[in-house]
Amino acid sequence: MSAAPLESLRVIVDQVIPAGEPWLGTVRQGQTLRIVDLEGNQAVDTLFYNAHDTEERYSAVDTIRAQGNIYLTSGSSLRSNLNASLLTITEDTCGRHDTLGGACSAESNTVRYAIDKRHMHSCRDNFLLALARQTQGLTKRDLPSNINFFMNVPVSSDGALHFADGISAPGRYVQMRADMDVLVLISNCPQLNNPCNAYNPTPIQVLVWAAG
Amino acid sequence: MNIRPAPLPPQPLLWDETLAPGAHWSGVLRRGTSLRLTALEAGANLAAMLYNYESLLERYNMADTLKAQHVAFLTAGCVCYSDMGRVLCSITADSCGWHDTVCGLSDAEMVSARYGSTRFQEQRNDYYKNGRDSMLNELGKYGLGKRDLIANINFFSRVAVDDGGDLEFDRSHCQAQDYVDLRFEMHTLLVLSTCQHPLDPDTSYRPRPARLSAWVSGPAPHRDPCRERCGENARGFRNTEMMFLA
Repeated sequence: MSAAPLESLRVIVDQVIPAGEPWLGTVRQGQTLRIVDLEGNQAVDTLFYNAHDTEERYSAVDTIRAQGNIYLTSGSSLRSNLNASLLTITEDTCGRHDTLGGACSAESNTVRYAIDKRHMHSCRDNFLLALARQTQGLTKRDLPSNINFFMNVPVSSDGALHFADGISAPGRYVQMRADMDVLVLISNCPQLNNPCNAYNPTPIQVLVWAAG
Repeated sequence: MNIRPAPLPPQPLLWDETLAPGAHWSGVLRRGTSLRLTALEAGANLAAMLYNYESLLERYNMADTLKAQHVAFLTAGCVCYSDMGRVLCSITADSCGWHDTVCGLSDAEMVSARYGSTRFQEQRNDYYKNGRDSMLNELGKYGLGKRDLIANINFFSRVAVDDGGDLEFDRSHCQAQDYVDLRFEMHTLLVLSTCQHPLDPDTSYRPRPARLSAWVSGPAPHRDPCRERCGENARGFRNTEMMFLA
């Protein structure tokens, strides 16, 4: 593994994603991706695909099983549906990220909150819009369970699942090294009905550095 | 070994069938049909994926199922949600209290590393099966494939989660004759594999058989423990029933 300090490497992407917007980008093998929670407690719904064969993509259950733990942090290998490592988390100043909670959608909002919440903007709408703009043939069929960076979904030993207040804070970030060329699909979550964004969705920053 | 006789499902059965150890299976369960899954030996695991048979793009969604019901496992009273805010099936009875849905499937590499390599050439039908290839085998019959490998359910398996998030497979969880009843609330493509759970620490290849028994139950009645479990489920049934009004 390269030990070259990031500051010495070329910055390829440095972009702020406003609250409630999608982003689709590419990170090449060996490059470093950092997602910064600029204002704190902002859920970042994220999926990864093998850039050369998008039928291979992030799999929450393969990731959980491979590491024997339900939370993501430094050292977590983000596994594909073929159980290969897409990326590895190398640095994490937040401490814990969720991969059980999935993405919000218009339809799940009707179930979780009220039928009249259907119109509210959601992560799946973001994902679908980003997919509608690309030309690689990705569709709704390519939206498996995702990662929620900076989101806190603790599970207790009796098997109860909670959506708890965030443990992130302004400026905290998670950083990962790509183990293969990957497409990155992000929805900067617009959810207003639960504490995943502290009821106030805010911008995030995405940075990509060249391989060391 | 403690063998508890399971109460018989309501007669007459529409059909019943035994799944051999390591077998994969798929079939369509219409709205209003119930299916009992029975573990024929202790330590069984029955991996399952579910799709709306009328629109295969709509499928079981682990995350929506867990967050709507505030659970990290499935048992009686829970329903299995699709990604469209609708109920594929309800869990109306359950003798073992916990079914895993966060640990996925075994795969060919895992199985050969743990139990050794086998081939049909030598072993004939006793060659070692694995969960992912088993699912791909069945999914291919409906035009589905790798893109459709959703987070599955592992019926009869319990994987405990400690405060730090670490997983521990419960080896004593599933007893012979344990059963779980699924009541289908929409026309559902059900895909099954009896392969071992991917975290089963058994050092030998030992998948167990299971039994399927189907009967006509009707869909969820107006008063129903799954529907009334929480406001979320009441709305999930409302969304589901909108598809079947005429």
